[in-house]
Amino acid sequence: MGYPHVPHQKETPVLTKHFGEAEARSLDGWKKRGGYRALEKALGMAPADIVNVIKDSGLRGRGGAGFPTGMKWSFMKPGDGKPHYLCCNADESEPGTFKDREIMRWTPHSLVEGCAIGSYAIGAETCYIYVRGEFTEPLEHMNAAVKEAYAAGILGKNAMGTGKRVDVHVHKGAGAYICGEETALMNSLEGRRGNPRIKPPFPAVSGVFGMPTTINNVETLAAAAPILINGADWYKKMCLSNPKSTGTKLYSVCGNIAKPGTYEVVMGFPFKEFLYDLCGGPLPGRKFKAIIPGGASVPIQTMEEAEATIMDYEGFVAGGSMLGSGGVIVIDDQQSMVGVIARLARFFAHESCAQCTQCREGTAWATKIMERIRDGEGTMEDLDTLLEISENMTGKTICVLSDSCATPIVSGIQKFRSEFEALIHGKKFHPVMAAVA
Amino acid sequence: MSTPLAAPGHASHGAHEPYVKVFTGGPRKELDELLTRYPTKMAALLPALWMVQRERGWVSEDGIAEVAEVLELTPAYVKGVVTFYTMYHQHPVGKYFIQVCTTSPCGICGAEDVVKALLKHTGAVELGQTSPDGKFTVIEVECLGACGFATPIMINEEFVESVTADKVPEVLARFA
Ligand SMILES: Cc1cc2nc3c(=O)[nH]c(=O)nc-3n(C[C@H](O)[C@H](O)[C@H](O)COP(=O)(O)O)c2cc1C
Ligand code: SF4
Ligand code: FES
Repeated sequence: MGYPHVPHQKETPVLTKHFGEAEARSLDGWKKRGGYRALEKALGMAPADIVNVIKDSGLRGRGGAGFPTGMKWSFMKPGDGKPHYLCCNADESEPGTFKDREIMRWTPHSLVEGCAIGSYAIGAETCYIYVRGEFTEPLEHMNAAVKEAYAAGILGKNAMGTGKRVDVHVHKGAGAYICGEETALMNSLEGRRGNPRIKPPFPAVSGVFGMPTTINNVETLAAAAPILINGADWYKKMCLSNPKSTGTKLYSVCGNIAKPGTYEVVMGFPFKEFLYDLCGGPLPGRKFKAIIPGGASVPIQTMEEAEATIMDYEGFVAGGSMLGSGGVIVIDDQQSMVGVIARLARFFAHESCAQCTQCREGTAWATKIMERIRDGEGTMEDLDTLLEISENMTGKTICVLSDSCATPIVSGIQKFRSEFEALIHGKKFHPVMAAVA
Repeated sequence: MSTPLAAPGHASHGAHEPYVKVFTGGPRKELDELLTRYPTKMAALLPALWMVQRERGWVSEDGIAEVAEVLELTPAYVKGVVTFYTMYHQHPVGKYFIQVCTTSPCGICGAEDVVKALLKHTGAVELGQTSPDGKFTVIEVECLGACGFATPIMINEEFVESVTADKVPEVLARFA
């Protein structure tokens, strides 16, 4: 993917509109592009009215679960005398996902603005942007943007001269996928090991520092500004499918595909057109075999499923998977599905925080068995064992990392069983085999 | 490719050299400013550990003890936190610490070949080992959040995107 970013004509650039324009990173450059008009408008509104606009717009969380953002914001009860917090989840570590990174690299002020709007709307005076430690360049741009916003009086005790306090701080993580889970992020922010917490209590009751907290993904918060400026109806209309999924969505596309990169399309866009047209289709001489459309934690799709999918929250479910984080991993006929899944299992085993037995043991054993099959030393019973372990890893733990490890294994065995069996029966994986299957 | 950042090339203090305290003068002021951002002292733990690593190249037992003292925590507690996160070095590392992503999305785009080329051209030979000249340490890491730029590697603080096995010598030349 090259920059400057030239959007495909079928894209609808809202959040990606200024990607590739280095000038947009500075406060002046951002203001020239209409920046901070939304915050100014927000600070002149009653917080509850902002929450209502977001509710009306139909915006749903872009971090993975798709929870309605306006509803989440309305759980915060201002005026109880306690400090309230907003956390921005910029831990982006889900394999296949790199869209938040691009938002922070190219339009850091869009996130500062979104965080300030969100904070004001939920009655939080402090917002922490938790950025994964490996994101050195995004961190540099975010720190610079926050500094500029303070110097210009946009943030601080008297935000934009309104007498309202809005503080935004950037907090650097230190390497742990699990810190993207919301309660693990809060523990990490407090200076603890990043172990997820048992819920309830939910963050809106007791979040970071034991205080009412809302947590949102980078893309979710960045979307708040254009919604406030253009209105809920404008956002709702950006949809080709069903009214439960509205607006634009960023997809980061990677793996075996001609044009990897970050794309922004309206909800309801046909996935087939997206893959073959916008993203340029397969690499020369190759064929797509499978897609993991929403980051490593969602079920694997066969091409038949993927090509019939409508890109929205409900559409990906109907297509046998989930929208998830929008991290589209494309796997072609040169790859062994068993190899891909074994490596994903190893990822989850490495990232398990090890609090729950099912997860700690399950991810480790699943990885061993997957690697054994990959290396041609598996047995047919191993497949049953894998399914049984997966069953025990699902729905039984403090967070869903455990479930996420089981997901590619179960969907892989269901949809690509012949590849597992071929390896078990002593046939080494050969790319041609997949092409024939 | 990402905008090049200033290559830090920090010098690691050795495991047996005397420890020089970090939180005096400028860094102390920096920490005091950080403390104003949070309602508890403990919340400055990750940032304080980052500062120790920046100043000393790694987080030693002495570094842990110093952080514990300034934040009014126990060394055992601080150590428990340090060991949870993968980015704090618990041992001195080469002048250039190289992290290569090998998670599936990069794996299917040739990340393993990049690892092999890095081990060969740095002279580090094995993952986690430092090259005999003390310059390079290479490790495999999980997804770096830049999967569309396979294979991304990190050399200290600098991100290098779209590295392929044959580009490795050219990339390393900048750090020789
Ligand atoms: C293991 C795990 C990792 C997660 N990682 C991330 C992440 O890196 N970024 C993110 O925004 N959400 C992540 N989430 C989802 C968050 O817990 C949370 O749902 C999200 O930040 C809420 O924001 P949203 O409502 O705006 O989507 C993760 C969840 C789990 C269980
Ligand atoms: S499911 Fe795994 S990652 Fe989540 S809390 Fe339990 S052990 Fe930790
Ligand atoms: S899988 Fe390599 S950067 Fe994400």
